[in-house]
Amino acid sequence: MAGIGGAVTTGRKARWTVLNVLVVAYALFPVLWIVSLSFKTKETLGDGNFIPRAWTFDNYAAIFSTTEFVRALVNSIGIALIATAVAVVFGTMAAYAIARLDFPGKRLLVGVSLLIAMFPQISLVSPLFEIERGLGLFDTWLGLILPYITFALPLAIYTLSAFFREIPWELEKAAKMDGATPGQAFRRVIAPLAAPGVFTTAILVFIFCWNDFLFAISLTSTESSRTVPVALSFFTGGSQFEDPTGSIAAAAVVITIPIILFVLFFQRRIVAGLTSGAVKG
Amino acid sequence: MAEIVLDSVTKQYPDGAVAVRDVDIEIADGEFIILVGPSGCGKSTTLNMIAGLEDITSGELRIGGERVNERAPKDRDIAMVFQSYALYPHMTVKENMAFPLRLAKVDDATVEKKVRDAAEILDLTQHLDRKPSNLSGGQRQRVAMGRAIVRSPKAFLMDEPLSNLDAKLRVQMRTSVSRLQKQLGTTTVYVTHDQTEAMTLGDRVVVMRGGAVQQIGAPQFLYDNPANLFVAGFIGSPAMNFVPAALEDGTLRSALGDVPLTDRVRGLLEGTEAPREVIMGLRPEHFEDARLVEDHVRSTGATFTNQVDVLESMGSDKFAYFSLSGEQATSAELAELAADAGSADVPGGGVSLVARISATSTAVVGEPAEIWFDADKVQLFDPNNGRNLTYRG
Repeated sequence: MAGIGGAVTTGRKARWTVLNVLVVAYALFPVLWIVSLSFKTKETLGDGNFIPRAWTFDNYAAIFSTTEFVRALVNSIGIALIATAVAVVFGTMAAYAIARLDFPGKRLLVGVSLLIAMFPQISLVSPLFEIERGLGLFDTWLGLILPYITFALPLAIYTLSAFFREIPWELEKAAKMDGATPGQAFRRVIAPLAAPGVFTTAILVFIFCWNDFLFAISLTSTESSRTVPVALSFFTGGSQFEDPTGSIAAAAVVITIPIILFVLFFQRRIVAGLTSGAVKG
Repeated sequence: MAEIVLDSVTKQYPDGAVAVRDVDIEIADGEFIILVGPSGCGKSTTLNMIAGLEDITSGELRIGGERVNERAPKDRDIAMVFQSYALYPHMTVKENMAFPLRLAKVDDATVEKKVRDAAEILDLTQHLDRKPSNLSGGQRQRVAMGRAIVRSPKAFLMDEPLSNLDAKLRVQMRTSVSRLQKQLGTTTVYVTHDQTEAMTLGDRVVVMRGGAVQQIGAPQFLYDNPANLFVAGFIGSPAMNFVPAALEDGTLRSALGDVPLTDRVRGLLEGTEAPREVIMGLRPEHFEDARLVEDHVRSTGATFTNQVDVLESMGSDKFAYFSLSGEQATSAELAELAADAGSADVPGGGVSLVARISATSTAVVGEPAEIWFDADKVQLFDPNNGRNLTYRG
């Protein structure tokens, strides 16, 4: 009996392993390919070898020697971080209100924010372009941060209000009874418990801002606010006849690094079951 | 420490529903008072109003002689123990208990000392550095108590603090709650739906139903002199037996036979407008196996003979269950009690009766047994409004 059971388990394990490897390979192969491209010399770019025959760091050196890329990297990091911070702070407050309070127009607010999240961004690009030119926001950091916040907030509110709902309301009552003001109750009891939700939301919002191409290409025109995804599309070789593939590959690799770092850094704080033990479960 | 006075306190929600109606309770300094009633009777709402977690619609709440209606919970200087314990999961036991003191900006040395003292009283000293998630139910309950006692508040409010514990631990914790309250001498308001807790813990018990106070009194007084059918049926386990009866010429006719009214009952009935149809209430312990009743006692009561349905031996006594023919006693109060106990849908025609008889009884299941009951202990209720006609207030 035990032997049969064991065999079944082993067989099942093997099947799952094969399946997992296939899925991961399928998902990661393009990434690995671009990593490989970024290390190839100009001469071997088109040889079709997965492992470069001649390794070089020239592509990386080249992109970091141009202000075009470095400046875009600074813009991307700055804009994404500011937008994330603002969206998370406002999202936290809004989500808390939605999860805890009953106020007139609550359903409308939730509905409208959902509507915004579903709105096709492409249809907003032209009006935004006109508005931002009129207001002098065109080609500025603020000109990108504002639309990012607009689209990231519904996402933040949704994710966070789900987390807030998980926190037992009695904890807040207990804090009040223990002598806390509403502010103290929020800061010392609710916020620490909502931290995993806040970090999850921060990751999602940051990725959204970091990856955006549509707004970035429409609402910027110079290096002063152009973000990396857009800068990448403007890469050209040293001359008309030079192929920028190597540089683009190197830049693509570079811009994935902050995302990986960001996720790794915050993932450790997303501890599941932080609220366990609060109330009898 | 302080007395708490509820002066015709009412709670009405914006949708018009009245949760608590005109409640008057005076709680003396150091008193242990129990609010008891079925779910939805308004006991928790009353407690939350004392705590300040819910607004008072009308009426006045005074703590230590001062009106506190408009004060925030933190300015009322009262501590609360929640049914779910509501421990802060991200803090250790020590931090949980120190939290109210930290908020009150007490200096470190005093915090340390007070937490140590409370931990000692509650036997939590070796758990101080653990997180709530690593504690057992009973330990969590004690931490919740500890958080309440550290800052020596004017009053403790407890919202069914033992209902999440298993039966054995609940009995154990019940005695320690009682001991702790006597030791600290702090005014305590305790909410429960368990009549056993109400009977055993409180100096006085407040029975509530549908947002209104039914009766306030010492547990034994409530047991012996229920003001109405609801209190009679709610207090006591097993519950009081209710049998429909008719009053005719000083005789009580019921499924238990005809019984002449005793002088005591007759005296109590005098001056009340007793209707002809009444509900007769008899506690299970006022029955006995007729063979075990001595002759001179026998004459103070009456006997009936009926088949024993079920016989439960408790060791110290036996519970005998009977089904009498005839109509079941009906009233709004009894229907609500049955609904609360979940027995409303249990099929069973006729009147069911529980008698607590001596363990030496030779009654046998399925055989008829002659049962004596003490006619002097009979309580009579008006089926229309549930009022106790034999109430000695």
